[in-house]
Amino acid sequence: MSRRNVPRWPVWLTMIGAAALMTLPLPDALTAYRPAWATLVLIYWIMMWPGRFGLGAAWAIGLLLDVLQGATLGQHALALTVVAYITLRFHLQIRIFPLWQLTATVFALLGLEAFILFWIDGVAGNPPAGAARWSQVVTGAVLWPFVMAMMDRLRERLERRDARFA
Amino acid sequence: MALSTPESDQRGFRDPGNGLRFAVVCALSIALMVADNRVNLLQDIRRVLAASAFPLQVLVDSPAALGRWLGENGATRSRLLKENEALRAATLEQGARLQRMAVLEAENERLRALLDSTAKVGDRVLIAEIMSVDTDPFRQRVVINKGSQDDTFIGQALIDADGVVGQITRDQIFSSQAILITDAEHALPVEVLRTRQRTIANGTGQLDRLSLPFLPRNTDIATGDLLVTSGLGGIFPPGYPVAVVSKVATDSGTEFLNVEAEPAAALSRVREVLLIWPGAQTPTDLLGPAAETLPEPALPEPTDTVPPDSGQETAEPEAIPADGDQA
Repeated sequence: MSRRNVPRWPVWLTMIGAAALMTLPLPDALTAYRPAWATLVLIYWIMMWPGRFGLGAAWAIGLLLDVLQGATLGQHALALTVVAYITLRFHLQIRIFPLWQLTATVFALLGLEAFILFWIDGVAGNPPAGAARWSQVVTGAVLWPFVMAMMDRLRERLERRDARFA
Repeated sequence: MALSTPESDQRGFRDPGNGLRFAVVCALSIALMVADNRVNLLQDIRRVLAASAFPLQVLVDSPAALGRWLGENGATRSRLLKENEALRAATLEQGARLQRMAVLEAENERLRALLDSTAKVGDRVLIAEIMSVDTDPFRQRVVINKGSQDDTFIGQALIDADGVVGQITRDQIFSSQAILITDAEHALPVEVLRTRQRTIANGTGQLDRLSLPFLPRNTDIATGDLLVTSGLGGIFPPGYPVAVVSKVATDSGTEFLNVEAEPAAALSRVREVLLIWPGAQTPTDLLGPAAETLPEPALPEPTDTVPPDSGQETAEPEAIPADGDQA
């Protein structure tokens, strides 16, 4: 089955939607636990369709997040690029992990992203975000199986449609 | 899992271009960060990027906007009548107060003319709405629905009906980003209305608290004192209420009082804010008490320098002279 003709726009839509989800106002009590949706979605697509989505996509989504969040331009772009590169480098291994190992990997990737963001905050002289930056990592990992299940469904549908047309 | 042909996987895995691409993108990101943070080169680029992301923000805001719209349109008649009545009463009361204000303002300007100091006219204001869009979850920033196409500028003060809310940090074309006075990065020059003691009010990162860390132990300050903007920073026009002192404690071991204040504006609930163009329409007039023409002694309407349309109105003139005291 070739995936050459699979349309890309639904994937872009999920990534932009994830970025939008990160700016959706939440009750104050939940704000600290808002997962990095965009990172989760990005990891998924890079892992599954590495030929189609890579560093460029990660960088673009990161830049979008920077603009939406008013962060230093390039902060999320860099963090997401690093995460994307590692995912890309090891996607063959990661992809065949059982779910719990995969979740642990995602946890590590989210932690790395949070650390890079935290680091850049420190270098740029922004006040540190405090514990919230790390609680997000936990929520993100906890939600990963659900994100993955949803994305799997979307991907299978896209691939099936492509097979029909091909 | 429906894994794919090895050919397409290999592309991502062994492609020698990826490492290079990674390095380039990283370098680009770092260059961007430096340019944005250190040299501030990217104002315009960011403005364009933010403007193109604006539809997304409108989309995110839309459920909340719909809720507001439904709330407004689905209101029952009796509630509207009640609200109307309350508003009318409030207008009457404020109108009565404003009458005296006009007299006081005229008197103030006459006295100032005698002293040969700057006169102040009413500030131009514009109503903006805070969009239901979160920005950086770790800082107290808000997005408002007015941008540089409405003449907003960086550093412009935001107030609501009760007091100072914040200032604009990024003016994008259709929207602006503002920092609240309680953000941990924000400091605001204030004075105590009662004693005219000047000091700085720092944000704490909590929406209901400001701290005043630089008051010596013998300062005359008490809970309940009103803090107003002193106008010294050159950003906020003087005389707008900021906060009410909520706690004064002396910690043994420090030379300073431990003073906390509660913002006058309801920062957690505020939906609509006023953007201020201070003084005579230009932001530069705020800086430096340059000599101005003497005001007419005739009683002015609360000086209205606003185009009649577009929902603008004059803010109440300040009641406090801003210069010339020594603490």
